[in-house]
Amino acid sequence: MGAVLPLFPPVASTYARQEDLLFYFLVAVTLFFVLLIFGSIFFFAVRYRRRTPDERAQPTRPNLPLEVAWTVIPLVIALVIFVWGAKLFFVAMRPPAQAVEVTVVGKQWMWKIQHADGTREINALHIPVGTPIKLILTSEDVIHDFFVPAFRIKRDVVPGRYTTAWFEATTPGTYHLFCAQYCGTNHAAMIGSVVVMEPADYERWVRARTSPVLPASAGAVLFQRLGCSSCHQTNTNAKAPALAGLFGQQVTLADSRQVTADMDFLRDHILTPGKTPVAGYPQIMPTYQGQVSEEQILELIAYVRSLARAERSQGGS
Amino acid sequence: MSMVQTAPSYLEDGHGLASWLLTRDHKRIALLYLVSIIGFFFLGAIFAGLIRVNLLSPQGDLVRPQTYNTFFTMHGLIMIFFFLIPSIPAVLGNFVLPLMIGARDLAFPKINLLSWYIFIVGGLFTISAGLFGGVDTGWTFYTPFSSIYSNSNVVLTVIGIFIVGFSSILTGLNFIITTHTMRASGMTWFRLPLFIWALYATSLIMVLGTPVLATTLVLVALERVFHLGIFDPSRGGDPIYFQHLFWFYSHPAVYIMILPSLGVMSETITCFARRRIFGYNAIAFSSLGIAVIGFLVWGHHMFVSGQSVYVGMMFSLLSFLVAIPSAIKVFNWMATLYGGTIAFDTPMLYSLGFIGLFTVGGLTGLYLAAMGVDIHVHDTYFVVAHFHYIMVGGAVMGFMAGLHYWWPKITGRLYPEVWGRLAAIITFLGFNLTFFPQFILGYLGMPRRYHMYPPEFQALNVLSSAGASILGIGYLLPVIYLLWSLRRGQVAGPNPWRATGLEWQTPSPPPTANFEAPPVVREEPYSYPTWEAQID
Repeated sequence: MGAVLPLFPPVASTYARQEDLLFYFLVAVTLFFVLLIFGSIFFFAVRYRRRTPDERAQPTRPNLPLEVAWTVIPLVIALVIFVWGAKLFFVAMRPPAQAVEVTVVGKQWMWKIQHADGTREINALHIPVGTPIKLILTSEDVIHDFFVPAFRIKRDVVPGRYTTAWFEATTPGTYHLFCAQYCGTNHAAMIGSVVVMEPADYERWVRARTSPVLPASAGAVLFQRLGCSSCHQTNTNAKAPALAGLFGQQVTLADSRQVTADMDFLRDHILTPGKTPVAGYPQIMPTYQGQVSEEQILELIAYVRSLARAERSQGGS
Repeated sequence: MSMVQTAPSYLEDGHGLASWLLTRDHKRIALLYLVSIIGFFFLGAIFAGLIRVNLLSPQGDLVRPQTYNTFFTMHGLIMIFFFLIPSIPAVLGNFVLPLMIGARDLAFPKINLLSWYIFIVGGLFTISAGLFGGVDTGWTFYTPFSSIYSNSNVVLTVIGIFIVGFSSILTGLNFIITTHTMRASGMTWFRLPLFIWALYATSLIMVLGTPVLATTLVLVALERVFHLGIFDPSRGGDPIYFQHLFWFYSHPAVYIMILPSLGVMSETITCFARRRIFGYNAIAFSSLGIAVIGFLVWGHHMFVSGQSVYVGMMFSLLSFLVAIPSAIKVFNWMATLYGGTIAFDTPMLYSLGFIGLFTVGGLTGLYLAAMGVDIHVHDTYFVVAHFHYIMVGGAVMGFMAGLHYWWPKITGRLYPEVWGRLAAIITFLGFNLTFFPQFILGYLGMPRRYHMYPPEFQALNVLSSAGASILGIGYLLPVIYLLWSLRRGQVAGPNPWRATGLEWQTPSPPPTANFEAPPVVREEPYSYPTWEAQID
């Protein structure tokens, strides 16, 4: 990375290798057509230069096969690139099931990152090599974008919703983390680094941290403090649905729509419960808009998700 | 070919400021536009220069971040809305469209003048926003930054862009109606010069797309002033919705900028290869094809923004399809060059340069349409390089080609050929040195709109800034020799290039009424003589 005139970015993720292949294919296609067009221009410019002021040109005759050829050949090449590019995109957008989750909250102008074990980092992300990492991203204010060139990964970080990205680092090292979506005055300073470590080094790094609080445990405390627990009880005559086992399930709304209780649903329901009243319960839940931070919402969601996991492991089926 | 000039030329038909500011002559209005957009161009270029100086060092020494942000915002706004969009249509189109179809003027001469005044008023609003502290949203006005968080003159700027939109709607309407109703006797649709087809397609986009931009910007202003919650998620709005609306206009707007240049190419290449165009129908319909498909590809700006992957896939496919008509045009020009008798006058040098740069710009568009690669290069300098190859390498080179080509018609004088060629070559070299390094910077990962950057990106940034200074010389030279030619240039005569086309069959500069008698068209366009047979 210390080169004076670098021409290619480091290749440090499984996706980067796959993406580079298509990139180099595109470079080859570009070179071919650029040489063809520039070469023809030079050749024609010399061969057919006007030698006398009255020189006459060849007549222009229609040539259908030629026209079909230069329509169909580029079309086929374009479709090959389309399919290849779309396949890659699906790879980049579908995290493997076993991926380790990391939450990222962007704000003007810093990255706030929390690991699954509760460890928090600012403008830095330490990860082990060879482990798929799934990022769950949201923003406190404007749209940001989480961009790691060495991984060829970029994802807009949008306020009011969760977006995801994933990668599996292949090469230890320290790589740039940029905000790629213009976000105001210090956009260029909203940078950080991703530190990819050998698993053993990563273990040492984890152990060196002061024992963090698990997001789900922090969420459980919040659940009590914010009064959620007084309605969302487990007994049957509660005023609100029980939350155990809820995450990932289908929920029927008062207008009989079916929605999945995913992270976005839970977030929306905490902030604007009136928009998605659940069937069978009076809509008495107050809004928590302005009372909880994005990180606290993530902790509450982590708590609700932990209830679902507890339920599944108890049920055993 | 000598003509007896009975009517005074449009330049001599009335003197004094009022004769210009109240003119209804499309040729004089074109010159009003020419002077104003050149002013805007150099204003935008000054901002570009300041950006390039700031990026000479990794820590961005020239200005503070906030100032830098207003620089690139003003650069983008001025170049797009006040130079590129009006450049060829409102200047060259305004001047030659009636001449090329054998009409006396545009269909609505007063509306034509009105559209210039609207343009100026919109420009004053946007410039005043710049003077009173500037605006820092980027030309894209992404919400909720623009509607809630930015502390700059967003509303004033948005009003300026809103107003200037009506100027291009009115110009578009005027062109469409003129082309439908005022063609000379014998000027059938398929005898129209291809520049007219390109202007027609451009006008369709202006008329259909611009209202959507206007609506979108009004919504941004309403949310900013009245906190309506249209785009702001904390009030129940959707920030991605803004991007859909914005790009629904702003991607077709790319074609507003490039289609007229593609049209100019069909005129200059046939004239300087002195050969009839190959594939007239293919070129004409590819312009319409670009205009239509161009409206269906806006989502390729949003692959990583959180739109559904399947929606993204459709936008990706359509984006690849819209590349085909552009490729067809390039191949048709190559086939026109083949077997021609090629002269290398200044307009031709700009045109050959255009083909090369447009080819690079078009091919690099494939990288961005390929979703998997776009993830990496989106919002980096790769995109900046790509669209400058299309808009500067393409649209501006096309404008320069057209300006030199029709300069003798507009002024009655020839510009000095040697200086013209020199400027064309300097522009081509300076352009590539400025923007090619930005492709590499982008792939390395340098994001756009960065006031400072990691030190390993410095060498390429210095190269780019060095190129920009050469490019600046390439743009300043024509100002000097074109002004010089107004008084000192050789008298051009009606048809210095021995071109076909009605505009060359009337004196240079033309009389106010364009033609002494209504012209009659009896042959196909671009009927240049061949060695095989006389054209009869």
